[in-house]
Amino acid sequence: MKLKMLDIKKRRKIFDVIVFIFILTAAILFLFPTVLTLANSFMTSNEISANYGSMFSNMTEDKKTFISQNVNLKFIPDKVTFAQYKAVLVQNSDYLMKFWNSVILTVPITLFQMIVAILTSYGFSRYPNKFKSIIFFAYIILMIMPYQVTLVPNFLVAEKFHMLDTRRAIILPAIFSPFSIFLLTKVMRRIPVSYVEAAKLDGASELKILTKIYVPLCKGAIVSIAMLVFIDYWNMVEQPLVLMKDPLYHPLSVFLSQINTGDIGLAFAVGVVYMIPTVLMFLYGEDYLVEGITYSGGIKG
Amino acid sequence: MKNKTRNQCGRRGERVFSNICVMPSLIGVMIFFFIPFCIVIYYSLINNPVLKDFVGLQNYTKLFHNVAFTKAVKNTAFFSIVSVPLSVVLSLGLAMLLERKIPGKSIFRTFFLSPLMVPTASVVLVWQVLFHNHGTINQIIEHFGGNSIDWIKSPYGQVVIICMFLWKNLGYNMILFMSALCAIPRDIIEVADLEGASSWYKFVHIKLRYLSPTILFVLILSMINSFKIFREVYLLTGNYPQDKLYMLQHFMNNTFNSLDYQKLSAAAVLFALVMIVIMAILLIAENIFGKDVE
Repeated sequence: MKLKMLDIKKRRKIFDVIVFIFILTAAILFLFPTVLTLANSFMTSNEISANYGSMFSNMTEDKKTFISQNVNLKFIPDKVTFAQYKAVLVQNSDYLMKFWNSVILTVPITLFQMIVAILTSYGFSRYPNKFKSIIFFAYIILMIMPYQVTLVPNFLVAEKFHMLDTRRAIILPAIFSPFSIFLLTKVMRRIPVSYVEAAKLDGASELKILTKIYVPLCKGAIVSIAMLVFIDYWNMVEQPLVLMKDPLYHPLSVFLSQINTGDIGLAFAVGVVYMIPTVLMFLYGEDYLVEGITYSGGIKG
Repeated sequence: MKNKTRNQCGRRGERVFSNICVMPSLIGVMIFFFIPFCIVIYYSLINNPVLKDFVGLQNYTKLFHNVAFTKAVKNTAFFSIVSVPLSVVLSLGLAMLLERKIPGKSIFRTFFLSPLMVPTASVVLVWQVLFHNHGTINQIIEHFGGNSIDWIKSPYGQVVIICMFLWKNLGYNMILFMSALCAIPRDIIEVADLEGASSWYKFVHIKLRYLSPTILFVLILSMINSFKIFREVYLLTGNYPQDKLYMLQHFMNNTFNSLDYQKLSAAAVLFALVMIVIMAILLIAENIFGKDVE
């Protein structure tokens, strides 16, 4: 009997070790592209084109003789250098300008979308009625559409209001994108009624209930949703391509993809620079992302 | 619990305030999405923007005979049907594994979330290095004596984008499942343990029931993200990828670029209709399965 118990314990331990190894492997695989980008950003441009040049062989036709045909994945640079960063940050103002383009597109979108979302989710979660739930369902449908479906509507509106080729054409529709409303409504609906009732007994107005109860209680959710929205728009590609013809105003996310085929020697450093805001956000908000949200319910909330 | 929230009765002023709160968003959605979408529906029913003759469903029937369109629909449907359930199952599995006592759990969590931080375009570059004809994966395959595969330019391209999708989205889905697992009342599990329930029984009859709202939620989120994979595919292969990677979004983008608004409008309307049907089914499913847990 005792022996059997021990056996079970032992088996459990072995299983735990297997699980640990499995998760370790998976986690390393997940982290791998990030590390690769970072490591390669410290290589010289020559080293990078030697390693990856053959991927874009049409551009390196004449050099082909001394570039190996294989694409070499390398983690450790032959010589650690900040040359790439220097080229990106100091020698060429293009990248910083595009970075700024990304900032002035993404920050207003995130900020205003969150403001709209807080108001709307509050409206949806207080005094629900049939009309509101129909709107909510319509929002879910809208939320699920890929950008290409709303592309024509967006284009039509931009044309109508003479906003084509301006930032407003991208920012304004994005502010009203219902993704954050969907998430936040789910969180707000879980706030116990008793909190609200207690506040009401103390004579709190609806506005007070919103700012003093709902917003503080949902702080974690608000931060983590804002992060998701920010990351999504920080990487936007389609919108600028359709709504802005002048590449001068394109965000770095679009430009970054064009570097990949052009000046590949700088691509990794630009990638790392572009990663800085999201990494900073993670350092600040990862706990919110992990703990702030328990959405229950799929559609109705 | 729910009914209590629903039946809160307030004074009229408060009710009005909550309605006013919805207004900015409602007006915005009307202007930027709903009204223009009605115009899109109208566009899908006329022959061209100049003559504006009403042609009924002709644009739609033309669409069904369009080879590029049917190909795009097939590819998109295939990708979503494979990748969405896969991401739900895998992320739930990961979350349950991480539920065990494992050292360094929070570091692992960060690792799994790291794909969210990396800019899409940089990632695409890495994937290119991995899956290129002379890339890392093929080198490994050749090292072990296998035949190399041109991943991106062959039907295996679907495998590549499914990997990309999973890599990007598993982490966040896993987080959602982890917090849902934490929210399952401990006492129910303890009672089941005392009664000698097997772990399989506990999983199917207790955990899954409590998780069902989250599963639905992750399903919806994964669906949204599965349509966003176009970004990666586009950066990887451009406007005209090989057959198996030609997505509905490619079709719509290219029709947009060739200014064929009628075709594009009809496709957009069809897409919207399919989404409405799917969401309605999910809503009904939620009503059936989600009731007793709430």
